[in-house]
Amino acid sequence: MNALSIRNLRKIYNNGFEALKGINLDVDQGDFFALLGPNGAGKSTAIGIISSLVNSTSGSVNIFGHDLHKDREQAKSCLGVVPQEINFNQFDTVKAIVFNQAGYYGIPRKQALERTEICLKQMDLWDKRDTVSRRLSGGMKRRVMIARAMVHEPKLLILDEPTAGVDIEIRRSMWKMMQTLNDNGTTIILTTHYLEEAESLCRNIAIIDQGNIVEHSDMVSLLARLHVDHFVLDLSQPLQTTPVISGYQIEQVSDKVLNVLVPKEIGLNALFNQLSSLNIRVVSLKNKTNRLEQLFLNLIDSTSEGVN
Amino acid sequence: MNVLIPLRTIIFKEIVRFVRIWPQTLLPPAITTALYFLIFGELIGSRIGTVDGASYMNYIVPGVILMSVISHSYANVVSSFYSTKFQRNIEELLVAPVPNWVILAGYISGGVIRGLLVGFVVALISLLFAHIEIHNYLIALSIAFLTSVLFALAGFINAILAESFDDISIIPNFVLTPLSYLGGVFFSVDMLPNLWQTLSKCNPILYMVNTFRYGLIGVSDVNIELAYMITGCSTVLLISVCLIMLHKGVGIKN
Repeated sequence: MNALSIRNLRKIYNNGFEALKGINLDVDQGDFFALLGPNGAGKSTAIGIISSLVNSTSGSVNIFGHDLHKDREQAKSCLGVVPQEINFNQFDTVKAIVFNQAGYYGIPRKQALERTEICLKQMDLWDKRDTVSRRLSGGMKRRVMIARAMVHEPKLLILDEPTAGVDIEIRRSMWKMMQTLNDNGTTIILTTHYLEEAESLCRNIAIIDQGNIVEHSDMVSLLARLHVDHFVLDLSQPLQTTPVISGYQIEQVSDKVLNVLVPKEIGLNALFNQLSSLNIRVVSLKNKTNRLEQLFLNLIDSTSEGVN
Repeated sequence: MNVLIPLRTIIFKEIVRFVRIWPQTLLPPAITTALYFLIFGELIGSRIGTVDGASYMNYIVPGVILMSVISHSYANVVSSFYSTKFQRNIEELLVAPVPNWVILAGYISGGVIRGLLVGFVVALISLLFAHIEIHNYLIALSIAFLTSVLFALAGFINAILAESFDDISIIPNFVLTPLSYLGGVFFSVDMLPNLWQTLSKCNPILYMVNTFRYGLIGVSDVNIELAYMITGCSTVLLISVCLIMLHKGVGIKN
C-alpha cells in the first residue's frame, strides 16, 4: 500500500503564481523518502496541502488509502508533521504542547499522558517537561515538535527541514532518531537542504523544481547516473604548470591544489599512475561535492535551461 | 474519534491561558467596575435620584455587569485566536482531525467562560454598593449567556480577519466601547432627544443591556421578545459566518 499518493495536484495562489503544476507522487509504506528541491520549487506548498494548511486548486491526496477531502479524519489521523519553523505556543510548557496535541487527535487523557511521557523520553526531553518552551534551545524546540508529531503514533511522518540551523551533534542524533522511527515502521518523508542527509538516510527520492517533479526514483539508481566524480587533490610540492593527463579534466586551484573531474569508466588508478610518472605526489584527496548534490544541480540546471 | 476530547482540550487550554494571566484578565475589571460604582453610583448617582423607579446605583449595575461580559468575551477570543494565528500554533489544530465546529465551539466556550466569570466577579463587587433582588433569573442568565456567545463570535471573526495586533484593538476601542457606553448602560434612552433615541434603537447592545436589566431589576426600555430575537438571529448569523470562514480557511490557510 502507498503511504502517500498524490494525483494531478495543482496550486495556483491568488496572485496567479502556479506553485504546483499537476504533480503525481507515490511513497511506499515503510519508505524513507526524500523530497528535494530548491527554494520556491513547490516543496512547502506540497507539504502544506498534505498537512491541510494550504488549500489545493485541484487534484487529490491519499494518505494510506484515505482521501484527504472525502475521508478527512482517517487521513489526518495517519499523518504527523514536523514543520520547518517553530509553531507551538512559546508560553506553554513542553508537556502541555505534546499533551494538548494528543487531545486534538481524540486520545483520552490517561493514554495521552502515557504517550506524552513516552514521546518526551524518546526525544530526551522528559527532564524539561515543565519548562516553558521559549526557554529551550533551538535543537530542543525541534525535538519538541517531533515529540508532538509522534504523540498520536502516525504511520506517516513528514519532516520539513528538521535539522536546519542545528549543530552537527544534534543533527547526528536526529538522524539516528529518524532512522529508529523508520526502522520501527513509520514511513518518513524528509525535505532537507543537506543533501548528504538525504543520501545517507533515504531510499527513494523525488526532486521538485518549478512546480514539477523532475526526478522520482530510488537513490541507488539515481546516484548510478552520475558519470563523473569531482575530486580535490592536495599536493606535497607546489606546481609551476597544470598537468595535462588524457581522459581527465584538471584545473589548478592554487600552487598545491588541483581540481580533477574523474570519469567513472576510467577511475582513479590511472590518474595516480600518471601523476606519479610526473613526480607529483598527492598528500590527500576529497570529493569536492556530495554526489547527490552534483546530481541535484545537474537536474535543476537542465530544468532551468529547458524553461529558458 | 470522540470529538468531545479535542473540544475539552481547547476549552481547558483557554481556561488555563486566562487564569495564568489573571492580573491582565480577571483583576482589572474588578478594579474598574468598583470605581464605576463608587464614582457614578455613589457620588454622582446620589444627586441623580431614581431612573424608571430604580435608584441610580441599582439602575447602572446590570449595564456595568453586561458591559464587562461583552468586552471580556470579545477580548478573550480575539486575543487568544489571533495569538494562535500569530505564533502559527493554529497549525496544530489544522493538521489534526479536529472539525471546524469544534475549533469554533472551543474558542467561543473559552470566551464565554471568561466573560461570565468576569460578570460574576463584577456582580460580587456590586454587592458592596447595591442591594438588588433579582427579578427574573432565567432572563438574566439567558441573555447574559447569549450576549457572551454573540460577542465571543464577533471576537473570533475579528481575529480571523486581523493581520496585526493593531487590527485586534480597533474594533474594541472604536466600535465596541462607544456602542456599550451608548447602549443605555448609564442612562435610559428616554432621557435622550428624539433623534438620538431613534439612533440608539439601532444599537444592538441597547437591547441586551435592557433585557439584562429587566432580568435583574425588572426595568427595561425595550421589548424583551424583540431583544431575544435580535440577539438570537445575530448569534446564528455570526456562527454561520465563522464556520464559512473556517471552511474556506480565510486568514488561516493559504
